[in-house]
Amino acid sequence: MTAVPKTLRAPLVVEFPFTRSLGPVQSAFLTGLRERTLLGVRTEAGRVLVPPVEYDPETAAELRDLVEVDATGTVTTWAWNPEPRPGQPLATPFAWVLVRLDGADTALLHALDAPGPDAVRTGLRVRVRWAAERHGAITDIACFEPYESTAPRTRPRPHDGRFDAPVTGIVAPARLDYTYSPGRAQTAYLHALAERRTVGERCPSCAKVYVPPRGACPTCGVATTEQVEVGPRGTVTTFCIVNIKAKNLDIEVPYVYAHIALDGAALALHGRIAGIPYDQVRMGLRVEPVWSEDGRYPDHYRPSGEPDADYDTYKELL
Amino acid sequence: MTASARRDVAVVAFAQTDHTRRTDELSEVEMLMPVLHAVLSETGLTASDIGFTCSGSSDYLAGRPFSFTMALDGVGAWPPISESHVETDGAWALYEAWVKLLTGQADTALVYAYGKSSPGSVRDVLTRQLDPYYLAPLWPDSVALAALQARALIDAGHTDEPALAAIAARSRRDAAAHPHAQLRGARPQGDYVVAPLRTGDCPPVGDGAAAVILAAGERARALCARPAWITGMDHRVEAHSLGVRDLTDSPSTRLAAERSGAFDASAGRPVDTAELHAPFTAQEVVLRRALRLGDDVRVNPSGGALAANPVMAAGLIRLGEAAARIHRGASDRALAHATSGPCLQQNLVAVLEGDPR
Ligand SMILES: [Zn+2]
Repeated sequence: MTAVPKTLRAPLVVEFPFTRSLGPVQSAFLTGLRERTLLGVRTEAGRVLVPPVEYDPETAAELRDLVEVDATGTVTTWAWNPEPRPGQPLATPFAWVLVRLDGADTALLHALDAPGPDAVRTGLRVRVRWAAERHGAITDIACFEPYESTAPRTRPRPHDGRFDAPVTGIVAPARLDYTYSPGRAQTAYLHALAERRTVGERCPSCAKVYVPPRGACPTCGVATTEQVEVGPRGTVTTFCIVNIKAKNLDIEVPYVYAHIALDGAALALHGRIAGIPYDQVRMGLRVEPVWSEDGRYPDHYRPSGEPDADYDTYKELL
Repeated sequence: MTASARRDVAVVAFAQTDHTRRTDELSEVEMLMPVLHAVLSETGLTASDIGFTCSGSSDYLAGRPFSFTMALDGVGAWPPISESHVETDGAWALYEAWVKLLTGQADTALVYAYGKSSPGSVRDVLTRQLDPYYLAPLWPDSVALAALQARALIDAGHTDEPALAAIAARSRRDAAAHPHAQLRGARPQGDYVVAPLRTGDCPPVGDGAAAVILAAGERARALCARPAWITGMDHRVEAHSLGVRDLTDSPSTRLAAERSGAFDASAGRPVDTAELHAPFTAQEVVLRRALRLGDDVRVNPSGGALAANPVMAAGLIRLGEAAARIHRGASDRALAHATSGPCLQQNLVAVLEGDPR
């Protein structure tokens, strides 16, 4: 029994800029923010929803009747955030608030800049603090700030929702940071690769050897734990010729990308074939790995010089 | 379809992993497999005996696309099986499987769910399920939104901070005897995470998985000494926007409970147990009020999501815990609830019953 190898961990960053189009109501609302104009939408029942939606949350009726409301309002509920997180509206401690703007019947979520929790309460009067630069996004409201006024609640005013250069879409960038751990089976596989060995795992039920191992036999649904060294040589089971250069990939086209069944493995790996003209690669070609100086996996495979494998020896692995 | 013509469907087996803060040494399928094997061996079934397989999980937790396809290795998906997946809590996978059995398309179903929160920050990850136009750009995390709901409840006079602390204490006390729970026994209520919620009001962040087997009619009786019959199940959704909802109430939970027969007097026996999926203490207050649960109902004897909250599996575990209580005769009629989305946006309620004793 070998010692359990150290669990591998590596940072994994997932970033995605979602480009989203806006319907007529959301377009008017977000364009309005750019112009310091706050719009809501009136339902058939006469309620004014801010932020506005295109369909009545109660009746599902289409909503298009835009109205303008005030940049002042009342906190309906709040929560004190002592440690702001990346991406949140303020970097200093702040209150999350739901604010019912004057003229609206529903509340909008945003941040409230306040010196501390003692300065916040439900019922607090607040006003919008506009961002210095506005582009047509909810972040055009920098935050709310306390605004003690006794001004009477005003009525929503009709608004046609028309602006010059309306915003018709937003880009919603998001970044999530992970620490990836590959699990037991793949950790063992990666540790072996660092020693230029390839290990699979044998299914205790059907005896197939899986490479790379994922810890389970997909046929039998049981755990695989018995490590088996496979290769280093293998057989090309199928291949394709790549004619289009991939971005950030420093390989001259055309080149051959193949499925390679390493000796002893029950399924084929992916790999590039080199050391032979691309138009001479064939099914059954026997190959061996070529490691680069500091590579953690074979850079490519090249012909081993052996006679081609019989079709019957690899037909189950296609 | 009338109730009398409906097939009887029951939960016949349930298993869950130990829930822990991290499982770096295990891939998702490695974490999942032991519970799959546990429910299969409990029933004596093999993977090839299962008529329908359905799972719940989320790629955003692991940060990997199509991660559920890797997990399928653990169920033996070759030769091809009848399979489905929901990108939400496994309780909704159980609902799909229940419908499959009700319509006679299968006699048995394997339902599983898993979530590894440890690779990322679950508070950040959950912001990505929010409305992308008005909410997600502000990155309001799950604790912040739950804290807004808690403040609304306190303002309405439905609870206060000591009452919330008591819910936290009761949950972890109940979990002391639970071999799989992550937070077991008394612990300090801690500092504010987002006030008015303190550490103790929030669920632990952790990794875990669960699996359930459903069976119809006589098959269920053959597989389990006391099947937990699903006499009703329903799920409802409310508006996504928090500002249009009354955060102190959960009409969707109440409606789902009504439609699942939770309040039917004709059942002859009242609900004695409720497994409520309330990741935050204040949400238990909302759910108890919405469901009009009296003090005679045992709420979350497992410790609930405050003791172990593997995201995407915690709702399925509520159904499993309720069923397991019926299996071992500790309950005759149990209500199980699962939630998804910010501030209890989506809610599922199932009513489970054991045969008369
Ligand atoms: Zn096998």
